Amino acid sequence: MSKDSFLPYGAPNHSSVKPVDLKNLKPYGDAMNDGRMQVNFTLPVEPSPEAQEAAAELMRKMGFVDVKIVDMQKASEGFSFFVGYGAINHSVDFTKITVLKVETVFKGFDEINELIRTKIKRKIRIIGATTGFDAHTVGLDAMFNMKGYKGDYGLERYPMIEAKNMGAQVPNIELLEAAIKMNADAIMVSQVVTEKDCHINNLKDLMVLADKHGWRDRFIFISGGPRLSHPLSVECGLDAGFGTGTLPSHVASYVVDELIRRLERKK
Amino acid sequence: MKLRLNKTQIAQCRSIAKVVSRDVGKMISQHSTVAIERSALRVMGICGAHKKADGQFYPHANAIVDQLEKDNVLARGASFWLANAMLQLEKSAEDVAALVAEDKLRLSEIPLQKKAAVEKTARALAKAGVTKIVEQKKNRKNLLKHLDDPHDPSFKKPPMKYVIVASGNIFEDVVQARAAAQAGADVIAVIRSTAQSLLDYVPHGSTTEGFGGTYATQENFRIMRRALDEESEKLGRYIRLTNYSSGLCMPEIASLAAIERLDFLLCDSLYGILFRDINMKRTLIDQHFSRMMCALSEIFINTGEDNYLTTADAVENGHQVLASQFLNERFALDAHMKESFMGLGHAMEMNPWHPNGILLEIARAQMTRDIFPKAPLKYMPPTRHMEGDIFFGHVYDAIFNLVSVMTKQGIHLLGMPTEAIHTPLLGDRYMALKSCNYIFGGAADLGDELIFRPNGKIEKWSQKVLKESLQLLKKIERIGLYRAIEEKCFAEVSRSLTGGKGFKGVFEKHAEYFNPVQDALEVELVKR
Repeated sequence: MSKDSFLPYGAPNHSSVKPVDLKNLKPYGDAMNDGRMQVNFTLPVEPSPEAQEAAAELMRKMGFVDVKIVDMQKASEGFSFFVGYGAINHSVDFTKITVLKVETVFKGFDEINELIRTKIKRKIRIIGATTGFDAHTVGLDAMFNMKGYKGDYGLERYPMIEAKNMGAQVPNIELLEAAIKMNADAIMVSQVVTEKDCHINNLKDLMVLADKHGWRDRFIFISGGPRLSHPLSVECGLDAGFGTGTLPSHVASYVVDELIRRLERKK
Repeated sequence: MKLRLNKTQIAQCRSIAKVVSRDVGKMISQHSTVAIERSALRVMGICGAHKKADGQFYPHANAIVDQLEKDNVLARGASFWLANAMLQLEKSAEDVAALVAEDKLRLSEIPLQKKAAVEKTARALAKAGVTKIVEQKKNRKNLLKHLDDPHDPSFKKPPMKYVIVASGNIFEDVVQARAAAQAGADVIAVIRSTAQSLLDYVPHGSTTEGFGGTYATQENFRIMRRALDEESEKLGRYIRLTNYSSGLCMPEIASLAAIERLDFLLCDSLYGILFRDINMKRTLIDQHFSRMMCALSEIFINTGEDNYLTTADAVENGHQVLASQFLNERFALDAHMKESFMGLGHAMEMNPWHPNGILLEIARAQMTRDIFPKAPLKYMPPTRHMEGDIFFGHVYDAIFNLVSVMTKQGIHLLGMPTEAIHTPLLGDRYMALKSCNYIFGGAADLGDELIFRPNGKIEKWSQKVLKESLQLLKKIERIGLYRAIEEKCFAEVSRSLTGGKGFKGVFEKHAEYFNPVQDALEVELVKR
């Protein structure tokens, strides 16, 4: 056994138990490396033996073997609904996977305030908005409102953070101007609507505007939203991105760490 | 299945709502808005638009109101100026509108005709428009004579199954709406583009784009209504159509919906203020007109209290929902609406991992049913705690379906397993409807068979929520609605009386203010 190959958690030492193979990682269905997965989709044709075969053929083209269409139903006139199972014949080399991650160690409320007090020695200022046409504020409010989210206090509650929530449908330029006026350290942009990639375009527009005015390095740019991630945000030119499950203290941890990093670089 | 709730407290809540609405009512009657003026023009037949230099269509109704506003004469009412020009120029309403849109005519510069003659001309147009709306109501009644009506005002049938379509293209929406109807949906809501609530005009023509939905336009209403009428005939069941009378064009959407025979409108007295930052006065004035339109057309309103539970904690804030429902009920009564058309809103949004959370949800849902016995309550599915696990989400929605049918909600917005991931795929909607059909069928009469344990967990929770609602309403009575909103009594959002969008479009009525459409609505509604 090497670090790339090991027995699964709790497995008895028996010759029938196959090891996890990180070089050739596959889904675990009912046994190691069986690659079994379920797939569900709808086809715009009536259910028929031909439709069933078409569904199976699609799955084979996706790289499944031992394909079983276990359910075919009429969803409505001209539409069929399928559930399929198959074993995938692809695998991935887990040892080669690299992911861009937000550079921070998550800290608690008191620790964050204390870090700001001792290392930055002044209150930090964070401004946020949902930009463009997007009218959703649930995520933004979860980050800013006193009460916070899942028992994790929002930014407005931090004595060492001055937080300003501009709400929804704020044009990019207004957000930037407000950030200048407030002399903000960080700008948080929330994006929920993803139709026609408008979330990505909004973020890119924001960064183009910031560049144009020479404000790119003045702020820490952060995005958040259910369909946003750190790599995607970095690709759009921002500094960090947060997806589903993010707590206010995660964002605060990052902002503090990044501010300290920037201060140290200046020294 | 009934809860023992304190009847005196319920009556106190209602009488406070009346006091609160009385003050607001005075303000409403002294004001109009640009949106109400445009609605009047639309009912009077001004439905055209002209193409601007950028290729976008701008409605004639807006062109007229914009000009009158600019010339500082809007306070007499747009209808007056339109009719005055028609008389002097001997032209039709649409011809006058087109001249204004092309900037070839200034309405305020036309010599004033005899007041009685102007008013007569305007009233004739208004009457024709209102007659058309009344006819559409009759058309619906006629359809319901030979088609099955999934709605039962005594709630012996399970709730109406309501789904959304949101492809962003009205023609694609038609395909999905028909598929949903075949899979069991009773109500189709065509989601609007997320930007539309803040547009101060209604876009023109059919649309194939938008963000998170496509635009609400008169033509899109017509396209979907026609498709659903065809599908209704085919299925032998009347399929209802919904849109959104909210945002800056609240009254205009209500008018267009009435003209095109929509059946439901999201139409809340406070939603725009709290969640779209639309000015308080603007929203309160607009909702009154919008609801008069709904009352005349027998459009069910759906109120938006479900949203309170997405921004504020759902376990702790049930009382905000109930307090707001009392206010929404009162404002709707003030607009001559019948209780049986009030889809008062709420939602199952408590943290699913809260101990006995399902019991608390049953308590709130049953309490709402018992307090508003005639209202076709609009029950919204979990959204806040849906995080992408479609398998858990499907189970969570199934429990929501069960709570809804056992507590006899009126309008059931189906939860989608893919909530928080994307707007529903055709297959998502099918799965959700199949689960709902199973539970609504299998537990159709469950509510009639169960009795709550006196002083049990469910009953006590409902009593607690009612008591807290009364306390909140007492506070609102003491400080008035405007300050209550300023002080975050709802959804933890603070708004000011003169802040927010659309305040500029509010104006005080002139002593000779004239709105023949509103007058005709009053006459029809009082006659009823």
